[in-house]
Amino acid sequence: MNKTPRMKMREQDVEVRNRNFLEVALGYSYEEAIEEAKRCIDCKNPRCVMACPVRVKIPEFIKYLLEGALETAFETIYEDNILPSICGRVCPQESQCEGACILGIKQEAVNIGALERFVGDYGMEHNLADQTEVKNNGTKVAVVGSGPAGLANAASLRKKGYDVTIFEALHDFGGVLKYGIPDFRLPKDIVAHEIDNLKTMGVTFVKNAVIGKSLTIEQLMKEEGYKAVFIGSGAGLPSSLGVPGENLNGVYYANEFLTRVNLMKSRAIPTSKTPIKLGNNIAVVGGGNVAMDAARTAKRLGAENVFILYRRGREGLPARLDEIHHAEAEGIDMRLLTNPVEIIGENHIVKQVRCEKMKLGEPDSSGRRRPLGTGEFVTYDIDNIIISIGQKPNPIIKDNTANLDTQPWGGIITDEFHMTSIPGVFAGGDVVTGAATVILAMGTGKDAAHHMDEYLQNLH
Amino acid sequence: MYKIVEKKTLNKEIDLMRIEAPLVARNAQPGHFVILRVEAEGERIPLTIAGIEGNLVDIIYQKLGYSTKLLGEKEAGDTVEDFVGPLGKAAHIRDSKHVVGVAGGVGAAPLLPQLKAYKEAGARVDLIIGARSESFLILLDEFKAICDEVIITTDDGSAGLKGLVTDALKHHLEDNAGIEHVIAIGPVIMMKYVTLMAKDYKKSIDVSLNPIMIDGTGMCGNCRVSIGGKTFFACIDGPDFDGSDVDFDELMQRQSYYKDEEHACYLRLKT
Repeated sequence: MNKTPRMKMREQDVEVRNRNFLEVALGYSYEEAIEEAKRCIDCKNPRCVMACPVRVKIPEFIKYLLEGALETAFETIYEDNILPSICGRVCPQESQCEGACILGIKQEAVNIGALERFVGDYGMEHNLADQTEVKNNGTKVAVVGSGPAGLANAASLRKKGYDVTIFEALHDFGGVLKYGIPDFRLPKDIVAHEIDNLKTMGVTFVKNAVIGKSLTIEQLMKEEGYKAVFIGSGAGLPSSLGVPGENLNGVYYANEFLTRVNLMKSRAIPTSKTPIKLGNNIAVVGGGNVAMDAARTAKRLGAENVFILYRRGREGLPARLDEIHHAEAEGIDMRLLTNPVEIIGENHIVKQVRCEKMKLGEPDSSGRRRPLGTGEFVTYDIDNIIISIGQKPNPIIKDNTANLDTQPWGGIITDEFHMTSIPGVFAGGDVVTGAATVILAMGTGKDAAHHMDEYLQNLH
Repeated sequence: MYKIVEKKTLNKEIDLMRIEAPLVARNAQPGHFVILRVEAEGERIPLTIAGIEGNLVDIIYQKLGYSTKLLGEKEAGDTVEDFVGPLGKAAHIRDSKHVVGVAGGVGAAPLLPQLKAYKEAGARVDLIIGARSESFLILLDEFKAICDEVIITTDDGSAGLKGLVTDALKHHLEDNAGIEHVIAIGPVIMMKYVTLMAKDYKKSIDVSLNPIMIDGTGMCGNCRVSIGGKTFFACIDGPDFDGSDVDFDELMQRQSYYKDEEHACYLRLKT
């Protein structure tokens, strides 16, 4: 077996990157990509493929890469994943493809994410994505939301000939890729490039259209002539901590914090029209990718002390491993087994957060050991606290669509064909699963397109 | 881009604009609001819809901050970058036979379509409208056309009664035992005291809240308000709420969090 160690990806120096919003991970050079690709042992039964939500033919694209056939490598990925540059950067590879890599048992897994990113970026630079404008078959389909689920769904349906329109509530396209994930993890020109591809393919994009308000789903179908609708509106409603003091000034939900910085460009202080107020001591509650994004963003905006408060231990942190490592390297302090119980203010401005120290008990329903209170408390002085403990689906569509069945927590219920309780209305991504990953959302968007095609074919 | 079809100066601080926005107009009802961006890279500003006619949406704004001042520099024929809505929940039109609306400053704008709705539902509708001085009163003709009684108050006595809207409201409630419902829209401090008075007189009270907002679709949570100890998002749960349990003091504090930054931004525009 190949004993070459995993090729490390070059990164911006910590001291430099902590002061800018440029991408941290710099990607592989061609030579580095080839060296890493050589490590793949081309298993007969590739477990990595089975562990990928969209079943990218990983050993196959790596083989083409090794042969120097970069175009074919790109096309191989693109058949299953239309956003390789994005997924290569934001997928939780260690719990998907790389987690299943046989090499990982004895040594380190192949850096599949980095290879996908390399091939994806090559395809982007050389404009390899298939943008052929398929002849419009005249059947109108509406896609609600321009995030990963909607983009994947729209691309697949357009390729099948449908007249696809994406409706986006905000003033810019990309959903969470735009307002949520910061530039230092996913540069926005990549998102813009993917959206331009779809436009070239003939997908129509409509901004400032809040489905459920500007147009209801019923109006889309009965008055506007759409034969099917795909809801990919994501999980944009922040979950609250439910502790006293949550409405004090200086308490942000990660959504607000990141939206101000990413979508509204608050980081261009002092010229931005939408500023962000941030002090020096920042607590971020939560252990997921969004929490890491918020903490690292705060650091880049100039906050001196940024720390994560998380009620479980290190092994419970749901964030991508890379993000945890990057955050720690950038000086984000992980205060684990620490659960905020009260936010304390003065003159209605946040001053302190009181936390209970936790210990781990028996595994809970998530399979992780349940955090239990110890009765021991600690109080930290803070200027801001950013709550990042998850998002739920936005209720606007649910509240304005009769007969749309939803879960008690707000998720839209779908059958095995991704169809909702309303015939012709499909849904996928976070609005169905609750906050998950870009690749899962993309996967269901694409899969739903297949079933929408079947449904539409049988309509006549 | 959204075309400004008409612009009318209501007073030196307040303008009305009629904007072509079919997707906003189509489902809009009294109480709904829009979010607009004057230009690319601009701030998202929420404004309550003041009227709808066909594809046209009326907004009324006070040139207080950077973005509203910038908006005020636009003329009929110009465009604004973004205009999205209708957002929020439509106003809840109660089953009341006698209603009094209390308007403070630019709050008169969102109150007008609500009072119209009450009038159309057959209620007796009175208005108490307050401003700093006569030149700051807006929409008087429009209100007079639908209201059974219009009472004006000004801080300096230049029109109507000298004093606050709450002084006039107290007299009006004393004189009209039949009033069932009060609607207050204006500065938070005004809504707070009108609410206290309505509760004293055992009248139901609705208010329209205007916290800081960004997306206006339930995403950022900046607009959260405490009502009866529970948290609501004004953008999707409101902006109109039963006023009786609203924590107005918290709202005032939350509105002022970005005061310094707004001022700095405004100063740049002036120079």
